[in-house]
Amino acid sequence: MASTFTKIVAAVVVVGAAGLGGAYALTAPDPQPESHWANLGGPDLANGEQIFWAGGCAGCHAAPGAEGDALKIMSGGRALPSNFGTFHIPNISSDAQAGIGGWTLAQFGNAMTRGVGPKGEHLYPSFPYGSYARLSPKDVNDLFGYLKSLPASSNVAPGHDLPFPFNIRLAVGGWKFLYFDDGPRVELTNASDQVKRGQYLVEGPGHCGECHTPRNALGGFEAGAWLTGGPNPEGEGRIPDITSGSEAIGAWSEDEIVNYLETGFTPDFDSVGGSMVEVQKNIAHLPKSDLEAIAAYLKAVPGK
Amino acid sequence: MYIKTLAATAVALCLGFGSAFAAEPQVERQAGMKAIGASMGALAAIAKEQKPFDAEAVKTALTTISASAKAFPDQFPVGSETGHDTEASPKIWENPSDFRAKALKLGADADAVLAAAPTDVAGVMNAMQTLGAECGQCHQTYRLKR
Repeated sequence: MASTFTKIVAAVVVVGAAGLGGAYALTAPDPQPESHWANLGGPDLANGEQIFWAGGCAGCHAAPGAEGDALKIMSGGRALPSNFGTFHIPNISSDAQAGIGGWTLAQFGNAMTRGVGPKGEHLYPSFPYGSYARLSPKDVNDLFGYLKSLPASSNVAPGHDLPFPFNIRLAVGGWKFLYFDDGPRVELTNASDQVKRGQYLVEGPGHCGECHTPRNALGGFEAGAWLTGGPNPEGEGRIPDITSGSEAIGAWSEDEIVNYLETGFTPDFDSVGGSMVEVQKNIAHLPKSDLEAIAAYLKAVPGK
Repeated sequence: MYIKTLAATAVALCLGFGSAFAAEPQVERQAGMKAIGASMGALAAIAKEQKPFDAEAVKTALTTISASAKAFPDQFPVGSETGHDTEASPKIWENPSDFRAKALKLGADADAVLAAAPTDVAGVMNAMQTLGAECGQCHQTYRLKR
């Protein structure tokens, strides 16, 4: 007959295991069901290119200092400093070994929308899947097709340089449990189709909130502060508030916002600076109707 | 005679104050940046046909851009890294030769446009695209937003 002590130990072990199991169930990589990526047909490469520019893929994945056509070679290798360590941007070119040329649509789509890598592992949210999660399966399919149409690069990017505990991928599951959310960032009642299009572009592929929304110590967005700006996560300086209540751009008209995204010039002909230079150049590839939708949405986002 | 002396003294004092104020490199370079911005605005008004084509206005704008850009290399001396709300990035002082080259390129390109001065709206638009891109190229690395 087992002693009381043994029973207690056994109970603790069972409860502990159940707890761990529960924690694992809550934080395990969670890909989309297979059917999510089925029957999408051949990709529309022209739309894929639009998503490519809206998503700013080249901003991180092109080689450091790339310009012109080189922006379409997704060789990776840039370093992205952060409060959690330095991330090294991977190769997502069409190369079958070094890039994503050998991936299936489901593997690509789960990376984009669930932060799950090709081996079923968690990806770090420095890759902004928290935003890309909003992409429609069609847009993901078109983008995947477009990326595979771009040149291959055999460059092998170094691994991330992260201190403990951020170097433990399993911990990303906890971050996702706390902060991963593919619902709307702001509830806009009676939004026009134009504003909804802007919301899709800004909250989804554009991933504007990744820099323009302040974060807490664990890297989650502060509640009620969507797009209200904050310290620059990549280093010195501040990222401006871009809501309707912004001191920086609240007074701009929608036309002036469109013109800024198109040309890089503010209404008083100051010019864009820092990381926004690349972002603006990417966004400028979008059709004017999309730029107008972005402006209409930004005007609809409440200020602090 | 007394009045004249007084006036001269007043003028000298004003100039003295003026130059003392302008001698702060942070303030000087900010004025230069703003002058370029205003010149780009003048060119844009013509490019967008909000104002009629005006060869003199185009010339003035290009001359201002050239002169302001060529002054930049001397307006970021060691010791002026901070203060006066400067948005200058520390990278300017880490890589002064590249910064200088970029500023002088803008000056040279403005001179080149001036030498074959635009004669119509399309020409002004081309000039804006050439010179405007250089604003962003330099600011990407060398300007911090505060």
